[in-house]
Amino acid sequence: MSHSAPNAVSRGPREWSAEQNAEIVAILARYPTKKAAIMPVLWMAQDAWEWIDLDIMRLIARTLDLPPSHVHAVASFYTMFKKAPTHRYHIQICHTLSCALVGAEKIVAHIERRLECDEHGNSKDGLFTLLRVECLASCGSAPMAQINEHFYERLTPEVVDQVIDALRAGTKLQEPRPEADQWIFPVS
Amino acid sequence: MDFPRILTGNWEVPDVHRIAVARTRGTYSRLPKALGMAPSEITALVKDSGLRGRGGAGFPTGVKWGFVPPAEKRGGKAVYLLCNADESEPGTFKDRYLMWCDPHLLIEGMIIASRALDCHLGYIYIRGEFRYIARRLDEALAEAYAAGLLGKNIQGSGHHFDLYVHVGAGAYICGEETALISSLEGERGQPKLKPPFPAVEGAWRSPTIVNNVETLAVVPWLIENGAAAYKAIGTEKSPGTKLFSVSGHVRRPGVYEVPLGIPMTQFIEEQCGGLLPGRTLKAVIPGGSSVPVMTPDEVAKCSMDYESISQNAGSYLGSGGFIVMDDTTDLVEALTNLLRFYAHESCGQCTPCREGCGWMYQILCRVRDGDANVQDLATLRDLADNIHSKTICFFGASAAMPVQSFLTKFRSEFLDRVQGRGAGAA
Ligand SMILES: Cc1cc2nc3c(=O)[nH]c(=O)nc-3n(C[C@H](O)[C@H](O)[C@H](O)COP(=O)(O)O)c2cc1C
Ligand code: SF4
Ligand code: FES
Repeated sequence: MSHSAPNAVSRGPREWSAEQNAEIVAILARYPTKKAAIMPVLWMAQDAWEWIDLDIMRLIARTLDLPPSHVHAVASFYTMFKKAPTHRYHIQICHTLSCALVGAEKIVAHIERRLECDEHGNSKDGLFTLLRVECLASCGSAPMAQINEHFYERLTPEVVDQVIDALRAGTKLQEPRPEADQWIFPVS
Repeated sequence: MDFPRILTGNWEVPDVHRIAVARTRGTYSRLPKALGMAPSEITALVKDSGLRGRGGAGFPTGVKWGFVPPAEKRGGKAVYLLCNADESEPGTFKDRYLMWCDPHLLIEGMIIASRALDCHLGYIYIRGEFRYIARRLDEALAEAYAAGLLGKNIQGSGHHFDLYVHVGAGAYICGEETALISSLEGERGQPKLKPPFPAVEGAWRSPTIVNNVETLAVVPWLIENGAAAYKAIGTEKSPGTKLFSVSGHVRRPGVYEVPLGIPMTQFIEEQCGGLLPGRTLKAVIPGGSSVPVMTPDEVAKCSMDYESISQNAGSYLGSGGFIVMDDTTDLVEALTNLLRFYAHESCGQCTPCREGCGWMYQILCRVRDGDANVQDLATLRDLADNIHSKTICFFGASAAMPVQSFLTKFRSEFLDRVQGRGAGAA
């Protein structure tokens, strides 16, 4: 079973907006070399255009006087630079040891069932992409998942259901922050 | 237990991430004194305090700072200060809270360090998953600039220091200091052979100091209270307090600041709230996923400091990522989980690491599934022994040590799973 994946067709050549150009000038001022601006500029491009396609890599290469192959090499090294689109809500669930010790697999199975994910993690409703990831530094409030930028911690099937229902109903993601400014997590 | 809360003292203060509140707590009050000191005096103070790096290796911070060549031997090269906020070692989550709760403490520590190092440009390299914390740091930096605490001629001292946040993008290996430097420079985040060490030749081939968030956050306290006061806390060789990130099977997982040297059993009982009802202890990983595992007997003998953990358990305090496993844990499953992590995160430069991590993971999957034999365990051991110390960076050893220690200390659990023995026998 495979649901429709987000559309990865070429979106055509790009140019920076005036605002983006100003941002690039500000970024360049922070580093001794142009090359060092590559990661911040990739982030900026991804924020604007959701994922990094070849046209964007060429634009960045031109902007920073780098060979396109270098931009490609860097973009492909780092997993958070998306080389293909994901659905609107990108659920990254941690399955590393501390999370696994307190039931991460149960939560993964629950989400997969609830969202009717295909083998690529795309949900049947076309709203979510589920991905297993390694430790996100929330091991004390495990199990946990990051949805876009927000950390959802101490997950239970009930919490997962609430979050999914809320997102499906169009509730906006909360401002990301560690859970309620708390750093000790008593187990009930 | 009475000790100063050097790192967490402000965490409960509402809005202490705003500079006005931070200043009521004394943050930035150590700057006039530090900026009035000679750079070498600051380094000497840090050396005398015995502060050791909190990122994992435990290297004495003042000694590392002392490796930066003096101005006359630098040939006009700049010195860079990099804060390692990559925090990706499984089981470690202290820096995240420190930066979120009290970003100004870190900034103050970096300003003082920059003075000691004659450094005028620094970066906080933060993992990409923490972008929301990067934004908070950016706000805090903007406040510090507006208050004249960063930039040119800080508080009229003639010292200038610019500090920026650099956001990573999802690669565990970028926490390794030479990989972090490559990444900052705009390269793929791949480690480089040492020597040269970064303190001599690092970012843009200039002397570069890389320090963990927690290490830098201690520095303001040292300026205010002096080296002797710091040495009065903890043990002789492991002075001061340390943040521990506690996860796994305890009643109160979370981040705890304690003086180094308290008994490990007491730490588990008092800070962590003990084990869950009816459970017994099976194993502890004391310093992040990369360090050797400990048995309950070793836990009973150890205290929470660098020397005790290495002498009594052949393990390391590492980053202080303290993972507790009780008797419900399948240790074969646990080790398999860790090796999946290493197989996934190897940067692929060195053959023993690239091939070996994947191979060890595959063997472990078969052991877990009851599809392996005793010879496979020998191969596993052999692979681990042949990765350790034969790679460019310490990642190889980090993957080997869990395998070596689990196989040695919990051998029967593995034997029970292989064919011809116990549960695995058809
Ligand atoms: C594979 C690997 C990953 C590492 N990850 C981190 C990390 O996430 N954070 C950190 O501070 N140090 C990490 N380190 C240690 C750094 O290389 C370096 O020793 C440390 O940042 C120095 O700071 P300190 O002296 O203040 O501890 C890692 C080392 C290795 C080999
Ligand atoms: S040991 Fe592994 S992670 Fe380190 S440089 Fe070699 S391949 Fe990369
Ligand atoms: S193991 Fe899941 S957040 Fe660390």
